[in-house]
Amino acid sequence: MKRFITGNHAVAEAVRLCRAQFVAAYPITPQTPIYEKLSDWESAGELGGVMMRTESEHSAMAACLSASLTGVRTFTATSSQGLALMHEMLHMAAGLRVPVVMAIVNRTLAIPWAFWSDQTDSLSQRDTGWMQVYCEDNQESLDSIIQAYRIAESILLPCMVVLEANFISHFMEPVEVPTREEVDAFVPSVAIPRRFDMENPGYVAAVVNQAQYRDFRRLTQEAMEAGLNVIEDVDRRFREHFGRGYGLMDSVQIEDADLVLVTTATITSTARLVIARLRQKGHRVGLLKIRIFRPFPVLQLRSVLERVPRIAVIDRNISLGREGIFCSELKAALANSSQRHMIQGYLAGIGGTDVTPDVIEKIVLHALEMDKATDGPIWIS
Amino acid sequence: MDKLAETMLQQPRPPEIMRSGHLACPGCGIALGMRMVLRAIGPRVIVVVVPSCVAVTSGPFPHAALGVPAFHSAFEIAAPTAAGISSALKLQGIHDIPVLAFAGDGGTFDIGLQSLSGAAARDDDLIYVCMDNEAYMNTGIQVSSSTPRFAWTGTSPRGNPRRKKQIMEIMAAHRIPYAATASMGFPDDLTMKTKRAAAIRGTRFIHVLSPCPTGWKIPEHLSPKVAVAAVETNIFPLYEIVDGVHYTITHESKNLPVQAYLSLQGRYKHLTDREVAEIQEETDRIWSDLQARAAKERV
Repeated sequence: MKRFITGNHAVAEAVRLCRAQFVAAYPITPQTPIYEKLSDWESAGELGGVMMRTESEHSAMAACLSASLTGVRTFTATSSQGLALMHEMLHMAAGLRVPVVMAIVNRTLAIPWAFWSDQTDSLSQRDTGWMQVYCEDNQESLDSIIQAYRIAESILLPCMVVLEANFISHFMEPVEVPTREEVDAFVPSVAIPRRFDMENPGYVAAVVNQAQYRDFRRLTQEAMEAGLNVIEDVDRRFREHFGRGYGLMDSVQIEDADLVLVTTATITSTARLVIARLRQKGHRVGLLKIRIFRPFPVLQLRSVLERVPRIAVIDRNISLGREGIFCSELKAALANSSQRHMIQGYLAGIGGTDVTPDVIEKIVLHALEMDKATDGPIWIS
Repeated sequence: MDKLAETMLQQPRPPEIMRSGHLACPGCGIALGMRMVLRAIGPRVIVVVVPSCVAVTSGPFPHAALGVPAFHSAFEIAAPTAAGISSALKLQGIHDIPVLAFAGDGGTFDIGLQSLSGAAARDDDLIYVCMDNEAYMNTGIQVSSSTPRFAWTGTSPRGNPRRKKQIMEIMAAHRIPYAATASMGFPDDLTMKTKRAAAIRGTRFIHVLSPCPTGWKIPEHLSPKVAVAAVETNIFPLYEIVDGVHYTITHESKNLPVQAYLSLQGRYKHLTDREVAEIQEETDRIWSDLQARAAKERV
């Protein structure tokens, strides 16, 4: 049934539909409505699980990972400072191989203080061993949570589903909310390994030597690499089951393109209009949306962009001292291409500033006309 | 034979949960205390340990000195980690396996205080045992907020200028169902308190003073004797607090002068007479305050 709901509400619906058994959370703007919605349902006996209202995000993740080790399906959500506070626990969750699912509502990190969309909070967690899915709209946010449970529990790695402050979290859109039966048929019943076995007691997370540490890291990396296939497979099955899917990435008219614009998340929706408009005007331009950031789909990106001479990347985030993070990642992924690409990074939307069709058009026209890309980013304001 | 040894020999020995192979120093009070706590609680338990001397007692991978399922979690989250396991067990319909968290004084008084407070405020269902050796011993003897006044550590080389944080008052202020102090110098009392804690639900807190031969500069064989002296001088009285307000002293001490405890330890070797007098004065004040709270219960 289509319902007119916010992205936060859509995420909460997905969590309930997936029968999350244990939710631990702490409030932070703009994540709070997810926490409140789940609390309402818990109080009304409609959640099907229990909630722990922790005194910090750090403890929320601590409780989620230990509950997951015990074998139950877990969920938490946070933003910005809360995610930064959780950082230590994120590394632990991945090392423990627990399939915790977490929604991140992208928000600016202090300082200065602000409340708007900016992806640097989640991208700063790049190296923690969490899978990361970036969502374009409310529907994709709901669907990605459902996919995340199946993916995470299949490869035993935690997964964060990332949606943007305000543009998704608080904006209302028509969202197809599946039925309980439909979701039950797609997300398997909980079969997470129970790591505390009374009959065969073991010690979870012992102190290891150098070589053992290296070998554990390697196993986790191999799981991440195998994860790409699982993500693609789950998305394909999702499309068969629900009639919509998203892939590792989404491309629009890139086969003959002189230039491809690379975007993520909500900027993509606006860019779709701009690309159509520029095509009408005779420009051979295409669009590539990156959806899965970890594991990073290097081979798939390289294959899709193989013959594209010019690439413009829009980042609503920055690694201070370098450039937009998606741009850096894309450059690295294309370093071993047989073809040479001219890749230009643009910073637009930082701090939640508006990225209008005109802004995007300006970026595309600039990238089409430039003789040489700059190594650093170009700020758009 | 002294009374302690006699008492221990008279007891039937329940099976050991903590086995050989731990990495604690010889004579470690924590190893002794954990062994007693685990023996009292029995084999049906899930244990959480966090970075501290407590964690090294669990042994190096792939060995495990604890004969029960255990999880080595992060420094500051012993309580919410135990709470997560406890909730998950109930969701699976398992209600007869207690979750027991061991943390050191650093993980309890300092870096873990916030998360412990959160769990206590929610009255999460867990037993929290603080193995207090009064400094960061696992990193090589640095001052914590549990370090007593005037004690030497590597980061209080001229003696700690601060007073020891009164963790029991902090826990009582949360009105948790059960809090107790215990000592490996008094195994019967420690066993009784562990069993009492195991029989109720909610957040239960046991504070065990754990002599550290390395950090307190005492001979390896003296941990139990020093633990007894701490109690008999009222430096570390043995008592229980039910629901945060009902105090019971579980051992009437011999009221020995504090010097009988301090003089056993190298970390107090530098004390002046004046400093010893100040410790005596502070100890007397806290002891009489505790007696007054317990007396209020008896009338």
